[in-house]
Amino acid sequence: MATTERPQARTDASSLAFERPIRELEAKLAELEALALRTRLDISSEIEALRKQHRAAIESKYKDLSAWETVNVARHAERPVALDYIQTTLDDFVELCGDKYFADDQAIVCGLATMGERRFLLVAHRKGKTTKERIACNFGCAHPEGYRKALRKMKLAEKLGLPIVALINTPGAYPGIGAEERGQAAAIAENILAMMSIRTPIVCLVIGEGGSGGALGIGVGDRVLMMEYSYYSVISPEGCAAILWKDGERSPDAAEALKLTSRDLVKLGLIDGVVPEPLGGAHRAPTVAMDEVRRTILRELEALDGVPLDQLLAARRKKFRQMGVVPGRFPSA
Amino acid sequence: MSEAKDQAGAPDELTPKDLSETRFARFRKKKDMPGGLWLKCESCSAMIFRKELEERGRVCPTCEFHFTLPGKERIGMVLDEGSWVELFPEITSQDRLEFKDSSPYLEKVGKAVKRTGQNEALLCGTGKIQGRELVLIVLDFSFLGGSMGEVVGEKIALGVEVAIKRKLPVVMFTGSGGARMHEGVLSLMQMAKTCAALAELNDAGGFSICVMTHPTTGGVTASFASVCDITLAEPGALIGFAGPRVIATTLKQELPAGFQRAEFLLEKGQLDRIVKRHELRPMLSRLLDYASGPKAEPLAPGAAKSISFAR
Repeated sequence: MATTERPQARTDASSLAFERPIRELEAKLAELEALALRTRLDISSEIEALRKQHRAAIESKYKDLSAWETVNVARHAERPVALDYIQTTLDDFVELCGDKYFADDQAIVCGLATMGERRFLLVAHRKGKTTKERIACNFGCAHPEGYRKALRKMKLAEKLGLPIVALINTPGAYPGIGAEERGQAAAIAENILAMMSIRTPIVCLVIGEGGSGGALGIGVGDRVLMMEYSYYSVISPEGCAAILWKDGERSPDAAEALKLTSRDLVKLGLIDGVVPEPLGGAHRAPTVAMDEVRRTILRELEALDGVPLDQLLAARRKKFRQMGVVPGRFPSA
Repeated sequence: MSEAKDQAGAPDELTPKDLSETRFARFRKKKDMPGGLWLKCESCSAMIFRKELEERGRVCPTCEFHFTLPGKERIGMVLDEGSWVELFPEITSQDRLEFKDSSPYLEKVGKAVKRTGQNEALLCGTGKIQGRELVLIVLDFSFLGGSMGEVVGEKIALGVEVAIKRKLPVVMFTGSGGARMHEGVLSLMQMAKTCAALAELNDAGGFSICVMTHPTTGGVTASFASVCDITLAEPGALIGFAGPRVIATTLKQELPAGFQRAEFLLEKGQLDRIVKRHELRPMLSRLLDYASGPKAEPLAPGAAKSISFAR
């Protein structure tokens, strides 16, 4: 289901209210550290105590984040986005544009990428960081031309024998007049179908928001992983609350009910693994988070390297075919 | 479709007064650069020392306008020195339709041969880019407007077949007014012939890149130039199917600024990237690396990363 709300930067100070005590400690800590530097006073024991307090506060908060809090961490303005991953984790990147039909959709970035000794095609939802960037890439909400661009480049990767790495981070595919006119639903469907048959390894990782069909449009893979504080959902909590509760204020309840955290998806058998994030989330230590992602991608590509393609495709299809299947629940064909 | 016709070789849709954007108007009936030490940039009107322009690969030092580059100069700029081995240079056009307008077709061809020192508008051969071997195909606008007739189509097909046989990637450069109308429907069918060869290349798992240069129009854009694995273009290049005059006449209105320019095409999803002339060699060499498989040489410690976004 497509999200129904307007795309907008929804991470504001209030939505991260649960982080306020941690932020306050961080501010105090920074103040003390600056003071120590300026005055050469020995306040190292005070600083140490505050550090411990800070760490404990994060630990206790992040040990048990609610679904709604997780959604807000996934949308955090300082959380690394595709461009950060490209600049930090890759050694070489050549962006390739265009769907050859209508437009170059900036909400999805594609390109030939090198990471260590692995070459692959990178496909990623693009969210900006500045307002200007956010508008240019439509807040990560792709149009049909974005999905068609991704498909074109994935076919190129297949031809060149390069694996595909997809970084997913979208509130959802764009709900708009032009998107419908050009076949948004069909574009997503074509991608899902084609990705079942693309004869090269595919690794997908949800790095932030896994918004519905817009996420799945580049989300079919041999390995589908989520970062610890990302979410993956059939609809945004806001959209769900508006439709089922008829009250947007009930988003936290909707988030809980939708079972959209990485832990939930593992339990439901819908993803292959979770990439752990640094204490307090990727936005608190972006470099550490991105290093972990780099290691994970390299490890997954190595594991898929050399698997016979027929076997790979059979396993890929079987995995998605088996979703929701519990012994004894359904008859066999 | 836009067809090349006059003796000098410029397709007749592309005369200066017809271009909607006079800033970019750079076609003349005489397409050779005027003699003398100095010439005027056709884009920004700055006076350029001719020798300086040539030394800069015919890129205007003031506005970076990419002048049309003769085929042989292109080969010299793209390939490793001394690596070019020309293939099929001997094939020449025939006048199978006995076509005559102001003068017989073969007379026009004869003049172009004399002026350019090559038998046809297409140069085909093998060579290397930073050590990577490839088949290079260059459609030269300075020979009858780079128009595609039987010989051009045949040499493209032959070049692609060499690539299949020797398992080499193909890099093409296009500059063309379109099909060569003096060869009638025989020239039209070169669109199909070249695509037949590329279909074989694709089935064999081959890799192709096309670099569209100023101008690439008509049947060339509507065939082999648009169906390579990766489509690049030089900045400011006019790229389209129908020429701007045909469209303006049909619509009876002025065309928007930047219409059919490379930058417009990139925005409209028709190109993978725009690459400046001086950055083509390293870019092609990187792309050829990606076509060589999923294993890379790890970056040496301390070596600079190269992260290239398209805009």
